[in-house]
Amino acid sequence: MRVPLSWLRPLVPGLTATPDEVAEALVRAGLEVEQVHRYGHDVEGVVVGRVLDVEELTGHKKPIRYCHVDVGARVHEVVCGATNFAVGDVVPFAQPGAVLPGGFRIATRQTYGRVSDGMICSEAELGLAEESAGILVLPPDSPLGTDVVELLQLRDEVLDIAVTPDRGYTLSVRGVAREVATAFDLPFQDPGLLESPPLSGGYDVRLPDPGCDRYVARVVEGLDPAAPSPAWLQRRLVLAGMRPISLAVDVTNHVMLELGQPLHAFDLDTLRGPVVVRRAAAGERLRTLDDQDRALDPDDLVITDDRGPIALAGVMGGAETEISAATSRILLESAHFAPSSITRTARRHRLPSEASKRFERGVDPDLAAAAAEAAVRLLVELGGAVAGPGTDVDQRPARPVLTLPASKPGRVAGVDYSRDTVVRRLEQVGCAVSGADELQVTPPSWRPDLTGQAELVEEVVRLEGYEQVPVVLPVAPAGRGLSAEQRLRRTAGRALAAAGLVEVVTTPFVSEQALTALGLDRFDPPRLQNPLSEEEGLLRPSLLPGLLHALQRNVGRGLHDVALYETGSVFRGRGSVVADVPGTADRPTPEQLAALDAALPVQPRLAGLVLTGRRGGRPVAVSDAVEVLLALGRALSLTLTVGRGDVAPYHPGRCALLLLDGSPVGTAGELHPRTVAALGVPPRSVAAEVDLDALVGAAVVAGPARAPHVSPYPPSSVDVALVVADDVLAADVERTLRGAAGELLEHLALFDVFTGPQVGEGHRSLAYTLRFRATDRTLTDAEVLAARDAAVAAAADAHGAVLRGA
Amino acid sequence: MPAPDYDPKQVALLDPSELEGARDAGLAAFAAAGSLDELAQARTAHLGDRAHVSLANREIAALPPAAKGDAGKRVNAVRRALQEAFDARREALEQERDARVLVEERVDVSLLPGLVPVGARHPLTTLQERIADVFVAMGWEVAEGPEVEHEWFNFDALNMPADHPAREMQDTLWLAPEGSGLVMRTQTSPVQIRSLLERGLPCYVVAPGRVFRNDALDATHSPVFGQVEGLCVDEGITMAHLRGTLAHFAKEMFGQALRTRLRPSYFPFTEPSAELDLECFSCRGASTRPGGEPCRVCSSEGWLEWGGCGMVNPAVLRACGVDPERWSGFAFGMGLDRTLMVRHDITDIRDLYEGDQRFTLALGTEA
Repeated sequence: MRVPLSWLRPLVPGLTATPDEVAEALVRAGLEVEQVHRYGHDVEGVVVGRVLDVEELTGHKKPIRYCHVDVGARVHEVVCGATNFAVGDVVPFAQPGAVLPGGFRIATRQTYGRVSDGMICSEAELGLAEESAGILVLPPDSPLGTDVVELLQLRDEVLDIAVTPDRGYTLSVRGVAREVATAFDLPFQDPGLLESPPLSGGYDVRLPDPGCDRYVARVVEGLDPAAPSPAWLQRRLVLAGMRPISLAVDVTNHVMLELGQPLHAFDLDTLRGPVVVRRAAAGERLRTLDDQDRALDPDDLVITDDRGPIALAGVMGGAETEISAATSRILLESAHFAPSSITRTARRHRLPSEASKRFERGVDPDLAAAAAEAAVRLLVELGGAVAGPGTDVDQRPARPVLTLPASKPGRVAGVDYSRDTVVRRLEQVGCAVSGADELQVTPPSWRPDLTGQAELVEEVVRLEGYEQVPVVLPVAPAGRGLSAEQRLRRTAGRALAAAGLVEVVTTPFVSEQALTALGLDRFDPPRLQNPLSEEEGLLRPSLLPGLLHALQRNVGRGLHDVALYETGSVFRGRGSVVADVPGTADRPTPEQLAALDAALPVQPRLAGLVLTGRRGGRPVAVSDAVEVLLALGRALSLTLTVGRGDVAPYHPGRCALLLLDGSPVGTAGELHPRTVAALGVPPRSVAAEVDLDALVGAAVVAGPARAPHVSPYPPSSVDVALVVADDVLAADVERTLRGAAGELLEHLALFDVFTGPQVGEGHRSLAYTLRFRATDRTLTDAEVLAARDAAVAAAADAHGAVLRGA
Repeated sequence: MPAPDYDPKQVALLDPSELEGARDAGLAAFAAAGSLDELAQARTAHLGDRAHVSLANREIAALPPAAKGDAGKRVNAVRRALQEAFDARREALEQERDARVLVEERVDVSLLPGLVPVGARHPLTTLQERIADVFVAMGWEVAEGPEVEHEWFNFDALNMPADHPAREMQDTLWLAPEGSGLVMRTQTSPVQIRSLLERGLPCYVVAPGRVFRNDALDATHSPVFGQVEGLCVDEGITMAHLRGTLAHFAKEMFGQALRTRLRPSYFPFTEPSAELDLECFSCRGASTRPGGEPCRVCSSEGWLEWGGCGMVNPAVLRACGVDPERWSGFAFGMGLDRTLMVRHDITDIRDLYEGDQRFTLALGTEA
């Protein structure tokens, strides 16, 4: 809402505060003043002048005039490109040295072969309008030499206020002025107190639907369709951010801006039969003022006459009954519609209008007659119209009376407000208050947001000032600290960073193409109904698309060695629709809550990583990704094992499965060459993904680790080199050795991998060192050899391993 | 038995001048030895079994008892002098050798061919942990909720029924199909509802997390951003407790230096409601004073919006089965991105979400 201070001041007599002080006071009271616009302050040296003569200069691409302008003290010669003025017209004249908006300074110059000693100004050039067709012609009796800024009262400030949904009444100069009066403790001149004559014998209006509980219709006749809006009216509209259109439209807009009551003007001669406000019938259509032919919904509240819908109630009028340049008979509508109905209709037809904005937030239903009267008076005064008969169908329900303990505001704020303070503040917002300790409060008609004690409390606290509220730290009961899961998730993140990875936070929106390129279309991710971009219309079922996008960006910025990780939710499954959505009057039943949760897609938290370039002095390989995941497991006191995998988006020969107690929890691999090509990431890039929820869950279940018995007896180490076929996984051989070597095995490590003619084609030698130790004695050679032989035999059994050198 | 007339001075080996000569020769030889090998040879010559001093020592036994003491002192003095000179020289030569070897073994300790550089966690992550720690230290707990949420949690229970204009204040991302009732949560406030339903009373929770809006990514907007929600519901909670909590939180985040301000505002789920403003970290309000330089960070308003807060609306309590006559509470929500921007002078929000590892490495090491 844009509120010119020149419009506001007459409603708050005695207001001497500066615009900035007014803005600041409103901010303190809870109105969001986004900006104070200033007009006319940057115009200087423009005076009233009379055109003495006009000489048309020919031979130029456009008409050029050479004139003499009398500004009283002297006569200036000037060259002008506009043609909408005549000899004798009085115009604004910028003398040499004058300044126009934007710091544009006027100087004497040579142009079109003449001296131009100033400038005749248009409205746009004076900052009065966005654009203007030609020179601004002033009233002929304007005294020559007078400062135009003074004459036209161009200097003004406009408060630009962002209106929150609860404060519909501040979508009017009236509502803002009331707040200003309260803030400065000044009297308020309510423009809504206009007395309407008794209305009877007017147009037939029927309200069968509760969506409209009041409808005032006034007939205005004999309007001069050619009567222009006076400058003051146009100026107010422009400052308030609306475009002047015609007198009738401008008047309805003026009343709406001043009082907050949207009005609609029908061309009376186009109406057929009584006006009925009802819901649209199935199949009905309406061509609205914006020339859109709209299919109406049976929920839409419409104004109808005998032919059917003629306006979308409270949202937009219809084209057929629109006033035209010839309209002289008008039916003025000043009505009150149910906010939620207007919200639904405006949203359904994507038609947010000045009217719907106000009705959605609640218009003062008591104002309908006064607003209509205000418009009628203006049309009579400015358009030569005659007020005809009126109708006021009034089905307003009685306003509820609220009960408020006088001590309640103080108990909410933690401030000791007196009863008098509470009553005074409530009366300032317009409430009628009675009672001693239990206050009976009737909120004013323009505050439909005041529906309960909490809302009344807020009025008292905000007007008294939030800065009065003391600062007290509450004492919470002893807490349990972070949950085990929360601590473990921190540990997981630290482990990944310690492994050399840099965390990224990416958006969860992905495209079908990206999923197809990655072979991740096996998941069934949720789809967004209104995505940011049509391409990225899915929610990520995997962290890899986002990570690879970030990898690309890093590489694109010239980084070669990139190591990224992300932890976060992914989304799988479409979710479902809940049939029985709970109300909000009370706690939902356990079944209702379970149904709400069951409707959500599955949202596991994963950890993902991508690597490219070099790491640890050599090119990254799948082993790097596997190692990071194993390190992540170790950080959570979990032992992950490695198996062979073959899943997208990985190279089938370079893909690992990570298992926890035999169940897959993650994958790692080198990206498939096709994926590399499709995404444009560096070849041989490596990625991995693991179910962080599963790891953390397992770590929580595992509980605290048990201390080992650290043996002081001497160890015995033996080395074995086993020849196995090269498709046998080292991890499998190791697992077999560990399993068979028995309890005496303390440590096992692979220290050499050898391929060559000595071990045969298609085979490799894996050399392990095994360290044995007993907890209660020094081992004999025989015990050690027996354990070693058992391990080797098991490896031979399971993997066809042959002991080298045996 | 030695001859009684035997005069030790007659024995050439024991002649004092001979002994001195042998000593001097030995000292000279040791001093001249340029290596441990040469020194070993000089030792054999001057301290070995066949050396003058050793032979002289042997002669002492043959001397008459009266002469033995004198001769023994002389020989021992010489032997000690030689031994000390030898030890000193050996020590010096060994040191020279060791120094040479250590110099030869020098390596470039800054050359780290196998280095895996340390990574970093994202500043949004470390900030969330820091915030959680501030509240956990006060006895609060950390609550969580899903990112795809049912509208009942994200809107209805927060006093935003379907036709409420407040739903228009947030550009909501809805899941298909139309009417699914599922949204990308637009705020962390649904965690308030889940906390009240699941945790019981009193309830002191803080919930950092990611939220989503249908906003294109630019320097100051992101479709994904971090938020932290706080909720306190207990008996006798007032706005004074809200102010106390926010003041403590702001001090922990920004130190004493930045002032905060509560400004009346509107949120459906709180009543009374307030915007929480932070003094502009860049101009500290100077841009609003007459003649002040315009401030790009706060658009010369002197304040930055940090978050919203207020007393929990009784309608919200009722939807969670909490009796508003007995319990009251406050809630607040702040942008984590804005918090980070203020703490670290970040001017472009995209840096947080583009994943450039140079950015995160510089910021993500904070514990």
